[in-house]
Amino acid sequence: MMFKTALAAFSALWLATAAGAEELKMAVTTSFANSGLAEVLLPEIQADTGIEVQLLVVGTGQALKLGEAGDVDAVLVHAKAAEEAFVAAGNATHRREIMYNDFIIVGPSADAAGAGGAGSASEAFAKIAGTQAPFVSRGDDSGTHKAELAIWKSAGVEPAGDWYRAVGQGMGAALNTAAGMDAYIFADRASWLNFANKAGLALVFEGDPALFNQYAYLPVNPEKHAHVKGDAAKALEEWLVSEKAKGLIEGYQINGQQLFHFNAEAM
Amino acid sequence: MVSPILPLMLEDVELLRGGRRILGPITLTVGGAGITVVMGPNGAGKTSLLRAMHGLERVSRGWVLWQGEAEDVRARQAFVFQTPVLMRRSVIDCIAYPLILDGRPRREARKAAEKQAEAVGLGVTLSAPASVLSGGERQKMALARALVRSPEVLFLDEPCANLDLHSTAEIERILIAARDDGTRIVMSTHNIGQARRLADDILFLFDGRLIEAGANAAFFAGPGTPEARAHINGDLLP
Amino acid sequence: MNDIVEGLWQAARLVVTLDSDLAEITLRSLQVTVTATAIASAIGLPLGAWIAVNRFRLRRAVIIMLNALMGLPPVVVGLIVYVILSRSGPLGVFGLLFTPTAMIVAQTIIITPIIASISHQAIRELWADYHDLLISLHATRRQRIATLLWDGRRALMTAALAGFGRAIGEVGAIMIVGGNIDHATRVLTTAIALETGKGDFGLALALGFVLIALAIAVNLALHMLSGTERGSRW
Ligand SMILES: Nc1ncnc2c1ncn2[C@@H]1O[C@H](COP(=O)(O)OP(=O)(O)OP(=O)(O)O)[C@@H](O)[C@H]1O
Ligand SMILES: [Mg+2]
Repeated sequence: MMFKTALAAFSALWLATAAGAEELKMAVTTSFANSGLAEVLLPEIQADTGIEVQLLVVGTGQALKLGEAGDVDAVLVHAKAAEEAFVAAGNATHRREIMYNDFIIVGPSADAAGAGGAGSASEAFAKIAGTQAPFVSRGDDSGTHKAELAIWKSAGVEPAGDWYRAVGQGMGAALNTAAGMDAYIFADRASWLNFANKAGLALVFEGDPALFNQYAYLPVNPEKHAHVKGDAAKALEEWLVSEKAKGLIEGYQINGQQLFHFNAEAM
Repeated sequence: MVSPILPLMLEDVELLRGGRRILGPITLTVGGAGITVVMGPNGAGKTSLLRAMHGLERVSRGWVLWQGEAEDVRARQAFVFQTPVLMRRSVIDCIAYPLILDGRPRREARKAAEKQAEAVGLGVTLSAPASVLSGGERQKMALARALVRSPEVLFLDEPCANLDLHSTAEIERILIAARDDGTRIVMSTHNIGQARRLADDILFLFDGRLIEAGANAAFFAGPGTPEARAHINGDLLP
Repeated sequence: MNDIVEGLWQAARLVVTLDSDLAEITLRSLQVTVTATAIASAIGLPLGAWIAVNRFRLRRAVIIMLNALMGLPPVVVGLIVYVILSRSGPLGVFGLLFTPTAMIVAQTIIITPIIASISHQAIRELWADYHDLLISLHATRRQRIATLLWDGRRALMTAALAGFGRAIGEVGAIMIVGGNIDHATRVLTTAIALETGKGDFGLALALGFVLIALAIAVNLALHMLSGTERGSRW
């Protein structure tokens, strides 16, 4: 008897969640999801195209893996070399640049290493390494992590040692760690602005074009995975490069700061 | 009526447990009608014998043969254990349980259980959990549960051990009534008077062996062995 | 300390205002975990009883396996389920990855050994009590197990609740196989992980308190439904 009641209540609950809209799964990076832009775009996308975009928030590495396995219909990431290899391998039909934002260097507000006074991002990194000030790295093979490594490379520094802490986690967790340790960290601007637990941290360096972070859209190849929703992915792409998307993306602000710059080109 | 399960024959039955022979070799036949009382001092093997007959103990040698070789021959017997098995149910559901196993509807099974409880003089709230019953009440409950299926053969292992004189008399009356209804009864007891009153036949066990078997009158008139004589006279054994 | 007070306050506010997102993920948490617990109980309870009642050759091995599986790391379960349900995995055609169903599968795998193991323990004791009676009454194998399950239902409910408790608070596996998709597979625990990641400890704690309250409420509700409070007399 009790069991039957529970069963009835349960099936009601179960059915309540079965929705009708066409669903499209898109893998995006943590930095994009943490920016909050998705919360502005997704309802508009659903209203205009009828597509319910479901975001899988993962690192770039895993996002591309998901696309390769056919577990998502599209990928939106920021790691150009890896993206091009992804297309070359036939996993996506093509690569479409949508917008960019930028990375920043965050550190203790006292900035003992003097990274804020540097002329370029690589110089700032060199100063941090020179003083062996604690530095937290994502260390998770994400796009942000890859960008960070590229700058270490151009600074001619092999980051290793006690001061260099690779946490192997997402942006938020890494920022939490940096806040706890009063350490330097390489972050995307959006995650930083949205981050609530800033503690003694402050933005210490920004503006170097080497820090620009290009986002590209990759529709998963339906020829490789027949179940992939190619039409929906195409419709989404068209929306993302539309004038309406441009307005929403450029108009998106956190604390009065614009985060993303639309730069999609007509095809 | 389906074919009878009696007589029961034991042939050279032995029970070895922990490297020790605790019973046998025993050869005997339980047939006809009436009450067989198994007697013997503590540890003589009374419980083991009853359990072996009922099929609860695997015999190490020999055979326990029921006339009906049917699969469910045990279901036509019932066993009242020396320490009653309490189920985590109400008294009425404990008693009705064998009927539920037989697939009888719950309402009908409860009705029959109620009747049976009354017949054994179990005057307690039947909806109470069985665990609240006193020692004597537990034994009556177990007896009611055994009788509710109207078994053809009824085994009882010291059924009156915890009962006062009044209840003992009541149980004896029920057992005699059951016997007169054709139920074959095999029981053990330490109560010499009870054995005298109830037994048609006596089996006397000593140290696992069956050292005397005979009709009530003959046994009590002149036990053939010194052990049996000492037992019924209440002497301390050497 | 401030965070905790703030968390409690925020939790109260979310609950009182019947925040729709909160209601949604709470319901989904319940939906996933209740289903997983129901399936795991349907498998684990009879399995535990069966192992307690039957002698078979690999019995000891099975018991040891069950006890070992109780400590199964959820992330590993998540990973295995992920690989199997992925489009490129053996069951990929069903497209179950990143759905509540995948989360239910993972949780079921995690808690079935727990439920089976605890119920085995409980039923074994009951079986020792009932053995002679059930054999004597010539109960069939099925009837024996049914009787033990019914009469042991309180202990079994504890087993199921232990499974429920483990599942409702689990995050590692469902994060991997569910993907924490907003409005699709986000549940309380993954939302907590997300908010912690954003550094929003207040909201994370608030969700945590809702989770704790939910676990307590489910336990209370079940105990009240089954009347355990009256039942210490058994
Ligand atoms: N499984 C077993 N393993 C070892 N010894 C056993 C086992 N079962 C019974 N025994 C022994 O067999 C003997 C007979 O036991 P049984 O219970 O049949 O005696 P009983 O005549 O019923 O005694 P009581 O009058 O005390 O009830 C005892 O010594 C007992 O310890
Ligand atoms: Mg005995």
